[in-house]
Amino acid sequence: MPGILSLITYLPLAGVAAILALRFVGQPGEARDTAAKWIALATTLVTFALSLKLVLDFDPANAGFQFLEEIPWFAGLHYRMGVDGISVLFVLLTAFLLPLCVIASWKTIEKRVLEYMIAFLVLEALVIGVFCALDLILFYLFFEAGLVPMFLIIGIWGGKNRVYAAFKFFLYTLLGSVLMLAAILAMIGISGTSSIPELMTYKFDEGLQTWLWLAFFASFAVKMPMWPVHTWLPDAHVEAPTAGSVILAGILLKMGGYGFMRFSLPMFPNASELFTPLIFGMSVIAIIYTSLVAFRQTDIKKLIAYSSVAHMGFVTMGIFSGNVQGEQGAIFQMLSHGVISGALFLCVGVVYDRMHTREIAFYGGLVHRMPFYAAVFMLFTMGNVGLPGTSGFVGEILTMAGAYGASTWTALFAATGVILSAVYALSLYRRVIFGEMTNPALAQITDLNWREMVVFTPLILSTLYLGVQPDIVFNITGASVDALVGAWRAAIAG
Amino acid sequence: MTLADLNLVRPELILAIGALLMLLVGAFRGKGGPVFDGLSMLVLLIAGAAAVTGEHGRAFAGGVVVDNLSTFAKVAIYAASAIAIPLGGVWLRKRGDDKFEFPVLILLAALGMGMMASAGDLISLYVGIELHSLALYVLAAFRRDDAKSSEAGLKYFVLGALSSGLLLYGASLIYGFAGSTHFDVIAASIQGGQAHTGVLFGLVFLICGLAFKVSAAPFHMWTPDVYEGAPTPVVGFFAGAPKIAAMVLLARVLSEGFGAAIGQWQQVIVIVALLSVFVGAFAGLAQRNLKRLWAYSSIANIGYALLGLAAGGEAGVQAMLLFLVLYLVDVTGFFACLSALQRNGKPMETIQDMAGLFKSQPGIALAMTAFALSALGLPPFSGFFAKFFVFKAALDAGLVWPAVLGLLGSVVAAVYYLRLLKVMWFDSPTGEVEAPPVSAKTVAIVAALFSFPVALFALGWLEQMALAAAAAFG
Repeated sequence: MPGILSLITYLPLAGVAAILALRFVGQPGEARDTAAKWIALATTLVTFALSLKLVLDFDPANAGFQFLEEIPWFAGLHYRMGVDGISVLFVLLTAFLLPLCVIASWKTIEKRVLEYMIAFLVLEALVIGVFCALDLILFYLFFEAGLVPMFLIIGIWGGKNRVYAAFKFFLYTLLGSVLMLAAILAMIGISGTSSIPELMTYKFDEGLQTWLWLAFFASFAVKMPMWPVHTWLPDAHVEAPTAGSVILAGILLKMGGYGFMRFSLPMFPNASELFTPLIFGMSVIAIIYTSLVAFRQTDIKKLIAYSSVAHMGFVTMGIFSGNVQGEQGAIFQMLSHGVISGALFLCVGVVYDRMHTREIAFYGGLVHRMPFYAAVFMLFTMGNVGLPGTSGFVGEILTMAGAYGASTWTALFAATGVILSAVYALSLYRRVIFGEMTNPALAQITDLNWREMVVFTPLILSTLYLGVQPDIVFNITGASVDALVGAWRAAIAG
Repeated sequence: MTLADLNLVRPELILAIGALLMLLVGAFRGKGGPVFDGLSMLVLLIAGAAAVTGEHGRAFAGGVVVDNLSTFAKVAIYAASAIAIPLGGVWLRKRGDDKFEFPVLILLAALGMGMMASAGDLISLYVGIELHSLALYVLAAFRRDDAKSSEAGLKYFVLGALSSGLLLYGASLIYGFAGSTHFDVIAASIQGGQAHTGVLFGLVFLICGLAFKVSAAPFHMWTPDVYEGAPTPVVGFFAGAPKIAAMVLLARVLSEGFGAAIGQWQQVIVIVALLSVFVGAFAGLAQRNLKRLWAYSSIANIGYALLGLAAGGEAGVQAMLLFLVLYLVDVTGFFACLSALQRNGKPMETIQDMAGLFKSQPGIALAMTAFALSALGLPPFSGFFAKFFVFKAALDAGLVWPAVLGLLGSVVAAVYYLRLLKVMWFDSPTGEVEAPPVSAKTVAIVAALFSFPVALFALGWLEQMALAAAAAFG
């Protein structure tokens, strides 16, 4: 029967219905737009409250799936929902970031406000669905359907080159996903079930595992994105509106890592072991190469986009290290990156809204006019670098510890990425914030307003809190991660 | 011929008598009109009811088969025909073309298509095909003062006649080598899965002829030209019901007549299917006219339906039927949208005409978005589930590479569906769009709602119906 998970998933759609109703009864104009914003904010806040309740009600000692819902569908498929320690925090992350996106877009989105809010609410519903779905086809449904609202967000509210970016985003992801669909259909055909929990214990033939693994890899590697299929991400980020970038970096990328943990590792353990060197190689290249690429960027948003790719390299490395530190670190890194990269894109949005350019060379000396902004930006830059005390540190150190357990060289090379991230992040900070304010256009730039403060406060708090108290995450993920690693070890040993 | 035979063909009798009566009434009145359209729809409705409630069996010494499959197909065909009548009627009257022949021709086409779905031997197969084709040729050329419409009708006729020739030649070869026109006797002549070369030759010609009718590559050349020239609501009719009739017929011939020789025809169907998918995907990229674009889209989609058929067996036929029915809804809705759109008295037919449609006609734009995404096969729209059944059947039958290639073809096709979305949603409007007629808008919105979300709930039931229809081929 439908329970709290369905409620959280479909609640944003109630907001959509309300905004649609508004469209029919209200007169076009500012009042209607404002009403739509309030509806969207209220819906996302209630969703966040419900997901908070979900996490509080979650039993951390139970490694299996909880809050199960199951309704027979057609052709042997089921509508199955449930969360375990790996997925439950992603639901929370999604519900946490969405209200901030709505507030961040409050003044910056001026055209087609109703459609904008609808697109974000639909996206929220679909992303939460991805993390809750326990049936292969249901998962694919949410996973793929999310492309459409993101395509519209980039294409309608994006920058100059938005059409190119939107198409690239859609087609890259679709190409990866159809291969995954083929694998999903084959898995249903062979095992006779589409239930994710059942498939996690099903043993596929080893030769077949290789093919299935590769098909899923095609989809998740694009989504993640891993080098060399990451090229859609900088384009999508640069063109997307600020809140779109927040969702993209904060949540959509995490679906790739989540997919690896939910599907590749437990369902194809032998293939995962076989391809671990490949993943390690690609992760290390992603960490070092995209860090260097990030350093060379002249556009702030593009720089942060490349830094996202580098940070996702740590995640893939951690996932495939196959030990508890690696997995815990990967989950933590994803959550932390969701907060920090979202915050960094919001930081870019702050100056972009004022100056309408993201050229690094345009800025400089912002600290003189915007002290609060400089402080906030500093915190998240340090989080991005992985300074101890911020959440970024915990994820990086754990994924590297995990990788060290699996491959010393990988950990060694990955560690250089920490230095490189300091190089590009600090140089960005220096060029934008410090120095003399030479550009006369900046003379009247204003510091953060109270709305921006409201957006940043929860992000600052969570970055610092997770940095000093990471146990709050590990307590929830612990049992499920132990089970995942245990099952993987057992499968490759036997 | 006995009374029992006539009892089995009640739907056909109702349609034949109904069509002739309507023709008489029309001839005396000299014009059509909404009431005339309504009566024609009533005839289809009664025929549909007769099909659902009628008994099953074989009539005319096995020449006509009435079973779950034929009933399933007839309901879909009659429903699509019934929807085409008001859509076409309103569209034609708006252009001052109030001819009573339009509903009558639709009735006759529906009669022919129903016969195709019930064909049990090569003779009734041919009669059904010719009856519906002749009606369709005239419908394509219905706007006889319009050069493009006449051209479409003529092209359709010439190429259709060619395909009928191929088909007849194949049928005569099969008859000559198998010794009978009845599918069951043909099946008996194929011993141990190895058909006589002459029979296989005939079968290939027969497949070619039917591939023409369903516009599968490499016999698709007529489709874009005919779609472009024919009146828009008529194209919506072309793209749906006749495809179902011809595919059901193909399924029956292949499964009932040549089921034992699946090893021989499967490769042919797979190649035709993949060719269709790729021709539809790549050639569609170059199209600027939406009717031509949708012609290529329908070629690609028929490729998917054929892939289901190639899987063979109960699951394959079931997948094909579900695919066709879900596609029928999309294509009917899409052409209803297209027929509803006008700017300054001119139909909007190119992709660029749709610029900013979301601002001027949000309802129609949303519906077209749903149809485009559904045709692309993106969840949660019904087209995704259509593809789900087809590819699952293909994979389960061991057709791994055809399935993977077919899926990759859908990524190529995604480009043109996205281009339509881009134009409707991202671009600015270039002018006012006239208010669409109520009938077309209703059909469009109902079809879009079916595509999502009604299909999510209706599929459980539809799947059972299709399974029952396909059960005969287990």
